Amino acid sequence: MAHHDLTTPLSEADVRQLKLEDTVSLSGVIFGIRDATQIRIFDEGVPPPVSMEGGVCLHTAPGVRKLPDGKYEKISIGTTTSTRMDRFVPGLIGQYGVRAVIGKGGLLAGSVEAMQKLGGVYLAIVGGAAALETLQVEEILDVWWEDLMPECFWKFRVKDLGPLIVAIDSHGNSLYQRIKDEAAERIRSFEY
Amino acid sequence: MPNHLYEVIEQTARDLYIRALTDIPPDVRTALRDGLAAEQRGGNKTAEGVLFTILRNIDVADETSTLVCQDTGLPVFSVKAGTGLALDYAEVKARLRRGCERATSEYPLRSNTVHPLTRKPTGTNTGEGLPVVKFEFVPGSSVLEITIAPKGSGSENMSFLKMLNPADGTKAVKRFVIECVFESGARPCPPIILGVGVGGTSDLAMQLAKQASCFRTIGSANADDAVAELEKDLLSLVNRTGLGPQGLGGETTALAVHVEWAHTHISQLPVAVNVQCWRGERARAVIDADGKVTS
Repeated sequence: MAHHDLTTPLSEADVRQLKLEDTVSLSGVIFGIRDATQIRIFDEGVPPPVSMEGGVCLHTAPGVRKLPDGKYEKISIGTTTSTRMDRFVPGLIGQYGVRAVIGKGGLLAGSVEAMQKLGGVYLAIVGGAAALETLQVEEILDVWWEDLMPECFWKFRVKDLGPLIVAIDSHGNSLYQRIKDEAAERIRSFEY
Repeated sequence: MPNHLYEVIEQTARDLYIRALTDIPPDVRTALRDGLAAEQRGGNKTAEGVLFTILRNIDVADETSTLVCQDTGLPVFSVKAGTGLALDYAEVKARLRRGCERATSEYPLRSNTVHPLTRKPTGTNTGEGLPVVKFEFVPGSSVLEITIAPKGSGSENMSFLKMLNPADGTKAVKRFVIECVFESGARPCPPIILGVGVGGTSDLAMQLAKQASCFRTIGSANADDAVAELEKDLLSLVNRTGLGPQGLGGETTALAVHVEWAHTHISQLPVAVNVQCWRGERARAVIDADGKVTS
């Protein structure tokens, strides 16, 4: 269970070194995306407004306040359940070069496989801990697709975001799957 | 009834919505600290880290007066109305709704409410059928007790109902509840507060489950002995699954299991499950006949 301080953009080597239950603190630039953002990219075929090569995506729809100069001030930035958006993850990694997805609730087998094949990781953030996360997001740098508010395409600058837990590595391992398999085994022995 | 009481109700609804999202109830804090101690004893570093981060997050929200979680939920009210107050309850309901709308625009809170099919947002955290308001009338009382639970979606999506066969008994109830917890896994932000409704009709069972997950004090036992025993058995089973905080493994999958019940039909055994996340967001205030508000 090593700790890694990483800065974006991430290389394949950066993510390949990470093992399950390692912790990560992340600094640099990350993208905030949610259901509607990815429906636009993958179902409606609209390419992302910026390059996501070596990028990190956070599953979020932030609470914000619009300032007179058109910029956005953060009110509360937290994380939503990734499992709903599982089907978009292989595309993010394969088509757009994303190296890490930050979320809560985990991803399914197809995403685990894509991460193994192409060099990606899933970093679990503590769901519900938005007060802390909002402090670690230093600034909302940019926003596209405001018609999807709050599920726009966001660009944030973060400092020491975390602690993030490596919950799916790039070697075919998922902590969620391991814990679920163990739970299933325990439940089989339950006497009601 | 003096008009200003409705103003007080509206203001109270507004304040409670924001308080529930910023100030975690003391019983939930205690349960989370107990969970951290259990994981420390068990030596699970990941689970300990998750609970430590949760408690640190609650501290940060206290210090900075910010939202604990970004999900401002759907407002659900439980209102106990003394029959000594001759209130117009259509007006009370309208004021509760107005209070939520004001909290949303004044704080400002993220609005979550959309049309279920077109997904068109209302922008107010209210809309058709929202907020959910459940009234209970209390004879001999002259106060209005308002509790709000702004229910987050990660946990609300983990809602289940099954009409069991009465011949299969309590064992079937336990098996179904454990299946629901397993199915929910990491998604509802464990450690969870698990609400179970047993009996009644299908819709009443769901209401009871919501009452159990969102409006009970953590760790309080049901007054009915058989039901209290079921709560204890279920808590032990849920925490033996090892799913743990955030579904990443550990002993603390649930902070509490609460069961609410109603009598049911001779040929029915409805069981409903509603999950609340670790935040256990809830805020309560009492308004007396003069409009004085106490928390």
